[in-house]
Amino acid sequence: MRFLLDTEQRAFAKTLDGMLGSSDTPSTIRSWAAGDPGPGRTLWSRLAEAGVFGLAVPERHEGLGLLPVELGVAFTELGRHAVPGPLVETVAAAALLDRLGDRAPAETWLPRIAAGAALVSLCAPDAGSPYALDADTADAVFVVEDDTVWLAAGRGPLQRSSDPARRLFRPTGATVLVEGPTVRAATSYATDVAALTTAAQALGLGRALLDHTVAYAAQRTQFGVAIGSFQAVKHRLADVLLALEFAQPLVHSAALALASDAPSARRECAAAKVTAGEAAYAASRTALQVHGALGYTEELELSLWIRKARALRDAWGTPAACRSLVLAP
Amino acid sequence: MDLDFSAAENAFRAEARAWLTAHVSTSRLPSLETAEGFAAHREWERALFADRWSVVSWPEEYGGRGVSLLQWLIFEEEYYAADAPGRVSQNGINLLAPTLFEHGTPEQRARVLPPMASGEVIWAQAWSEPEAGSDLARLRSTAQRTEGGWRLTGQKTWSSRAAFADRAFGLFRSDPAADKPHPGLTYLMFPLDAPGLTVRPLGRLDGKPAFAELFLDDVFVPDEDVIGAPGEGWRVAMSTAGSERGLTLRSPGRFTAAADRLARLWRDEADPADTALRDRVADAVIGARAYELFAYASVSRIAAGESIGAESSLNKVFWSELDIALHETALDLLGPYGELADDAADAPAHGGWAEGYTFSLAGPIYAGTNEIQRDIIAERLLGLPKGRR
Ligand SMILES: Cc1cc2nc3c(=O)[nH]c(=O)nc-3n(C[C@H](O)[C@H](O)[C@H](O)COP(=O)(O)OP(=O)(O)OC[C@H]3O[C@@H](n4cnc5c(N)ncnc54)[C@H](O)[C@@H]3O)c2cc1C
Repeated sequence: MRFLLDTEQRAFAKTLDGMLGSSDTPSTIRSWAAGDPGPGRTLWSRLAEAGVFGLAVPERHEGLGLLPVELGVAFTELGRHAVPGPLVETVAAAALLDRLGDRAPAETWLPRIAAGAALVSLCAPDAGSPYALDADTADAVFVVEDDTVWLAAGRGPLQRSSDPARRLFRPTGATVLVEGPTVRAATSYATDVAALTTAAQALGLGRALLDHTVAYAAQRTQFGVAIGSFQAVKHRLADVLLALEFAQPLVHSAALALASDAPSARRECAAAKVTAGEAAYAASRTALQVHGALGYTEELELSLWIRKARALRDAWGTPAACRSLVLAP
Repeated sequence: MDLDFSAAENAFRAEARAWLTAHVSTSRLPSLETAEGFAAHREWERALFADRWSVVSWPEEYGGRGVSLLQWLIFEEEYYAADAPGRVSQNGINLLAPTLFEHGTPEQRARVLPPMASGEVIWAQAWSEPEAGSDLARLRSTAQRTEGGWRLTGQKTWSSRAAFADRAFGLFRSDPAADKPHPGLTYLMFPLDAPGLTVRPLGRLDGKPAFAELFLDDVFVPDEDVIGAPGEGWRVAMSTAGSERGLTLRSPGRFTAAADRLARLWRDEADPADTALRDRVADAVIGARAYELFAYASVSRIAAGESIGAESSLNKVFWSELDIALHETALDLLGPYGELADDAADAPAHGGWAEGYTFSLAGPIYAGTNEIQRDIIAERLLGLPKGRR
């Protein structure tokens, strides 16, 4: 039994963190939100070069194999830097396409996804994801309903999200891609992948929110002392750390369960999703409170992180849906 | 990264399970917080020790099996899953023993540890004083140098089960001239039936006589019962206080077993339409799993040569709040029966929730209150500036 990341996995995280740290993600996020996906697509290609999307694609389709533990590691870093785009949707769609039984869609899309050439979106109204994220930029939008996978033709008008970097659309006019009994199992697997990667993203987002807030609390003075020396502030930040620290192993363990196709995978992904989602959301509430009115302004870069937290908490499995999965027999 | 156990670990688990199945009685022992229960639990410690299950992680020479921390976790998991009796020796095993392993002399280890492991000598912790709780370093009880030893005078309080225990360990001010509170303290062991010592039982919240106050009036302690160097008591005590807060005091097995019982109770009793209660049950189940996985991660880190320091404060806050959530949720599931004491004729057959609940309420207070732990987390783990304290 060994329950820690190995040196290679830690190095991978560090590489991504370094690369994203020097990429000026805030301006990429702001462009993306304004409808200019140029810088975001450039970043997407660099992520693909680093191997991020290959982690969701099996080797026979020119990927690295579906590697949930590494996906968890990568998505934590993507969350830490609040990278915009249908990241979760792309890897979940890859997992879906790979398991459909019908080889043709997989052969068409998976190599392109692994290479970063295709950025795809996915929506699954039955799994609580009624909108297709970033359908305006995506090269393909897949929709799953019952035992049918559709390829969307239109996307309708933008449905504004509380996080402007999340561009939501309701896909229309679809053509049937695959139909049949394999779809349900594939969808269930893909939504587990979506829950896991959303959880990891939330975890990274929460860690970044905490780091920035701790730094601010140590430097902002009121009443002649750093606000971080006030116990009411300290204890709120301690609670954020507690929630994140105990969400982390749930995310690891969900990834391990998915990697081994364990029967508990569904429950573990749901537990990770609800816990990491709530932890990141609490981190965002604390970040806002501790930054005072500054935290309430759009100018503050941290607002890009703050606004994403609530959306991630509810995407791909609301807390209530996840909790009921945890107790499902 | 993997969560699979080795063949040796699985074999150890099977051996522990078989022993527990054969030895744990289906009828509950009386509460160990009562005189009768204390004696029954002492017998149970003897039985555990006879087959070397009382201190599995200790070296064999002191009655242990020398197993790894991970195997200890496995043992604890099996122990609580089997609903085996509470451990009346826990103060000695969790607090004094780690201190002796780190700071004791070989003579002290040889003399103190085997009778502790067998339940023959049960230890009480005598740290707190009426005026020194969270601010423990302000304690006033004194140790005065005398021929061949020390003379202890003062008062200790809230000492768990000291009403029934045999010996105690605690901190005393040996150098009243020291200008700061921390230096000048000495860590000593003493018998509870010594001349000059009065033990006054103190009922706890549920009326059980579990606490005691100790009044010390010129109690003699020989030099051989000083732990570490005189005047170094604070450092000695604090170097092992982490184990009181952290993993080794409250192993995850305890909470995973309670969470399993809670989930069963929910299936048997709950109104499925009550989604608010369902969500709380789910959170408690997830919390127990999170604590278990966090423990695995800590054990992996220790095995990789890292040491766990202020992180034990994370454990402390998490397990104590989880324990309350588990028990409050169970009482809510029981509805109007939730208020019944465990020994009431109508008490729910699921058993144990009432005493468990009362005990859980103390979790945020003992072993360093959660307010103090949050300060430690903020200052030592997050690096925030120290405030007034
Ligand atoms: C069930 C149980 C078993 C115990 N067993 C033992 C035992 O065996 N041996 C032993 O020696 N002791 C034992 N104790 C005592 C325990 O260690 C003390 O209760 C604890 O250290 C707190 O001290 P206090 O009760 O004096 O509270 P105080 O220190 O007076 O605190 C009262 C309240 O004020 C808060 N507070 C105090 N200082 C601060 C601060 N700086 N910032 C914010 N809040 C603060 C505390 O968090 C608490 O909420 C036990 C206690 C309980 C409940």
